[in-house]
Amino acid sequence: MTASWSFALLVLGPLMAAALAFVFPRRGRGVALAAAGITAGAWVGLVREVMAGGVQIQRVGGWSAPLGIDLRADGLAVLMLMVTGLISGAVTLYSGRYFRDAHDLESAHRERYFWPLFLFLWAALNALFLSADIFNLYVTLELLGFAAVALVALAGNREALKSAMRYLFVSLAASLFYLLGVALVYGQCATVDLTLLAAKAQPGPTLWVALALMTGGLLAKAALFPLHFWLPPAHANAPAPVSALLSALVVKGAFYILLRLWFEAFHSLNTPAVAQVFGGLGAAAILWGSANALFQPRLKLLVAYSTVAQLGYLFLLFPLAAARDGGFLAWSGGLIFLAAHACAKTAMFLTAGNILHAAGHDRIKDLGGITHVPPISTFAFGLAGLSLIGLPPSSGFAGKWLLLSASLVQGQWWWVVVMLVGSLLAAAYVMRVLTRAFTRVPDATAPHPIPPVMEWTALAMAVLAVGFGLVARWPAELLRVGVPWP
Amino acid sequence: MPDTDHRLYLVAGAALFAIGFYSLVVQTHLLRRIMALNVMGSGVFLVFLTLADRTTGSVADPVPHAMVLTGIVVAVCATGLALALADRVQAATNKVDVDDGPDGSQDATDAKEARRG
Repeated sequence: MTASWSFALLVLGPLMAAALAFVFPRRGRGVALAAAGITAGAWVGLVREVMAGGVQIQRVGGWSAPLGIDLRADGLAVLMLMVTGLISGAVTLYSGRYFRDAHDLESAHRERYFWPLFLFLWAALNALFLSADIFNLYVTLELLGFAAVALVALAGNREALKSAMRYLFVSLAASLFYLLGVALVYGQCATVDLTLLAAKAQPGPTLWVALALMTGGLLAKAALFPLHFWLPPAHANAPAPVSALLSALVVKGAFYILLRLWFEAFHSLNTPAVAQVFGGLGAAAILWGSANALFQPRLKLLVAYSTVAQLGYLFLLFPLAAARDGGFLAWSGGLIFLAAHACAKTAMFLTAGNILHAAGHDRIKDLGGITHVPPISTFAFGLAGLSLIGLPPSSGFAGKWLLLSASLVQGQWWWVVVMLVGSLLAAAYVMRVLTRAFTRVPDATAPHPIPPVMEWTALAMAVLAVGFGLVARWPAELLRVGVPWP
Repeated sequence: MPDTDHRLYLVAGAALFAIGFYSLVVQTHLLRRIMALNVMGSGVFLVFLTLADRTTGSVADPVPHAMVLTGIVVAVCATGLALALADRVQAATNKVDVDDGPDGSQDATDAKEARRG
């Protein structure tokens, strides 16, 4: 009983709030806070059911598949819902001040549309993580893409509009590739349910083509190298809280579907060769993204390229978790890494927003002399950097440690080399920002004061990015519930 | 219906999808690219409808129909969003295409504007 309320509230809470925020534009922040409260309560209810009673399934409206829609919550889904809730909560607090600070007409207009779109995005994410069939995943993926594109366009300037347009084209084309794959899967297996597919799917030419189409589309959405080209401009030109949502959550939606496809529905097609290709692309993303981050002129572009690199680590999960030996180590490591990156990247983009607010620009070479004034933001950036580099005791370290252990257990030493080089490069680009921040210049311009709530939210996310590593045992236990292999 | 007919429809669907995708990549005009996406979508829907007819009984499988209906709703929304955004892009840039600038770096744009005077 509790579980069905939780399912309903997790999806309908943010969705109703989005409608309310659209109708009552002045109440956007209050409505979002209420939605945060409702989803938090629903999540607590759901996690208790899942920990006690295992995987929870909800038949919407009492209709069973194939015509009805099933919602399902296992450990992985609950973990993703938790990360979504944490990031969305932080973004709610931050945005309450961010959009209100400039009292011009344009930012009032932006705030008016920000709240409904943000809540819509949140509802789409929650629905995506609870979906139990590949067609419902398509619908939620589209909802997510629409909200994300509209949020990028919210900044309203030329660059943001152009980035949003390119993002929309990539996103829609990718969705259609995915949908064509769904059609072929249905034609072959006569079902779209993840669990039924796991039993029915047998390797064959049709399914290989279908899976290739779906994976191609999802890789573009997850911005895995070499399909990452749309990400840096879209993430760097969006308003700061939007950048945080996109980097921390939206790209992970597509990654989550890839996990569901390759480890659950089509595990019989997940051969070592396929897994090595994913890992290879991930390794290329780590090196390419980190190297590019080193040379970006603007802070937000640097953070965006860092996202390209960090997404690469997630794909190392494929070659490492597919193996019987130490597979679960890599599975939990990769997902703890995902949570760590979400928190750290939110902290970084919110900090970048603060610096942009204080200095009026985010050119890294001119950061000296202004950032020594907002020390909380600098500290938040440093802490988040600690987790990105993967220094103990941060959660980034916990995730990387598990991935490293898995690769050593399985003798796949080449991933160890990539991870270590990636960490060194991450240290280099984080230090590049911090050394600038601590340089005092004599003729420093007086910074624009930053509202305290914006600084403290960024810091809270950074502390979470580090502190989550200390309790990493708990998510690992949670992930055992409904893990796709025994 | 014999199997060859299905093959014809499936190939037609795949061809529409490929033509649409090709246009999306090579065209620059925003309206053409939005139409290209719609052609791709039609290809996918054709594949779905063909598969619905492959059931053994005389009644077509209703599930792909439900999926295509959902897909059409999504496609209409997508087109609406794309047209609205294209309109804003045109208003902001006075152009009907999105040139592929260097990673949307603001510095590059500033420099270009400065040069223009």
